[in-house]
Amino acid sequence: MAMAEWAIEVRGLRKAYGGVVAVSDLSFTVRPGEVFGLLGPNGAGKTTTLECLEGLRRADEGELRVLGVDPVREGNRLRALLGVQLQVSALPPTLRCDEAMRLFCAYRGVPPRFELLERLGFAGRFGVQYQSLSTGYRRRLALALALAHDPPVVILDEPTAGLDVSSRRELHSLIRELRTQGTTVLLATHDMAEAESIADRVAIMLGGTLAALGTPRELTAAAGSLTRVSVRTVNSRLAGAGYPGVVRSARTDEYFVYYSEDTGATVAAVLAHIREMGDSLVDLRVERPSLEERFLEITEGGGAG
Amino acid sequence: MRAFVEHFAFEFRTGVRNRWLLFLTYLLPLGFHLLLASVMVSGNPAFATTMIGVMAVFAVLSATVLGLPNMLVEAREAGIFRAFRVSGVPAAMVLAMPTLTTTLHLVGVWVLIAVTAVVFFDAAVPPSLAGFAAVCILTAFAYGGLGALVGVVAPGSPVAQLLIQAVYLPSLLLGDLLVPAEVLPPALRMLGGLLPAPHAMEAFRALAYRQAPLAAGAASAMALLAGGVIGLVLAVRLFAWDSQEQRRGRALVAVLALLPYMVRAFAG
Repeated sequence: MAMAEWAIEVRGLRKAYGGVVAVSDLSFTVRPGEVFGLLGPNGAGKTTTLECLEGLRRADEGELRVLGVDPVREGNRLRALLGVQLQVSALPPTLRCDEAMRLFCAYRGVPPRFELLERLGFAGRFGVQYQSLSTGYRRRLALALALAHDPPVVILDEPTAGLDVSSRRELHSLIRELRTQGTTVLLATHDMAEAESIADRVAIMLGGTLAALGTPRELTAAAGSLTRVSVRTVNSRLAGAGYPGVVRSARTDEYFVYYSEDTGATVAAVLAHIREMGDSLVDLRVERPSLEERFLEITEGGGAG
Repeated sequence: MRAFVEHFAFEFRTGVRNRWLLFLTYLLPLGFHLLLASVMVSGNPAFATTMIGVMAVFAVLSATVLGLPNMLVEAREAGIFRAFRVSGVPAAMVLAMPTLTTTLHLVGVWVLIAVTAVVFFDAAVPPSLAGFAAVCILTAFAYGGLGALVGVVAPGSPVAQLLIQAVYLPSLLLGDLLVPAEVLPPALRMLGGLLPAPHAMEAFRALAYRQAPLAAGAASAMALLAGGVIGLVLAVRLFAWDSQEQRRGRALVAVLALLPYMVRAFAG
């Protein structure tokens, strides 16, 4: 098979359930080997988009391809290319973890990947039935089954929901490892820090349409986002505002917080002022606007702005 | 082939691990058999002549009609089929496996019924054990197809319960099992004839007990086979991987699965 230019193509996707439009005129592409984050509030259309790509839903309009394969018309080819961890799914209650791995690998035509189960924390739990697994372990099992046939494209829908901190870290490291192996990962998540730390590019969906698209850095640098400069001094003698570049300020606990559009000028002026007053600096933090702030800006503002 | 073996092995174990399925496949038919046989043999000695066949059909009804549809509906509602779909498990396997493994479980139940009926209730042993086995399997296949179809077309558990009772109760009461067909009013007899049970009993009488013409038994056996095939094919065609898929009009199409029994009942 010739190498597709795009690992995932979504062009003009529209999907409605009855009279409710879930996704409208959505277009984006994902490059081979890229980790692509799909963000959006509940009801934004993320899961519908993913389910259309997974072949679980038929698009009303638009063209979708996964490595050049039509998800609906070429379902069998798609299964070989795609690993999917669904947001809502389950396995038969009495199915044991090792049986699940054997069963699904048999249908994929590959040997069972028990080492993957071990890596995801199932050592000593192979014989546990699905109904006895915690939510976190159920999600890990779904992930192991999605990756068992080494697919070139993986779709993960809220993969870290219900996972503890160490499991999240392990999953993030696994996703980075997949990227180094050249696997394309399409990741839907509510966790902005997660998207910011592991996604090469992110798309923010709002009301079934694309509200923003770019690298996390591009998105956070865009529009009206201001840098936050937080300063704490021994005698707390700083003024409320009046420094160059500062648009607004606030006082939180023992910190003066300045929202600046010219970080360098603001920091230099604040430090000079501290010296002039004979005060001493205890802490100074310069925080770039996070993806979460940008996300809130977009979703609360109703668009990319 | 490996997928078939793994899937079959898992589904077979499910029949033992799942307490509800265990109850419906083993405990309910065997308990009912012991209770009914005790009552019927003392009140109606003629019952012993076809007791094993009647109890075999009851076991099929319990395991397939009461067991299969709920299992399918619950699996669909829980999202199990979605997980199967994205992993490449075909719809035909999702439906055929529980039907096949239920039949295998039923073999053990049929043997237990036959042995206890002969030992404890002096039941007549069918002269043709091969005929008996063949009719048992055909009945399980026919009701398995019907059970799968009910599970596929029912949009949820409440409707599934209604459809299950619409098949189960007429089969039990009008299916020549507890009440002989000849004492039923013609309209009720005809109604019962829309389901597999009376055809199974006719096939038992002809092919296993040699109490009826072979041709009639063969025709009934063919109706069971055709009904099972149509039921399973329709179930695969109408299969929905999750609850959000449209299913309008599916129940009407599903009625086609009763066509072979209808033809057999009207053709006499």
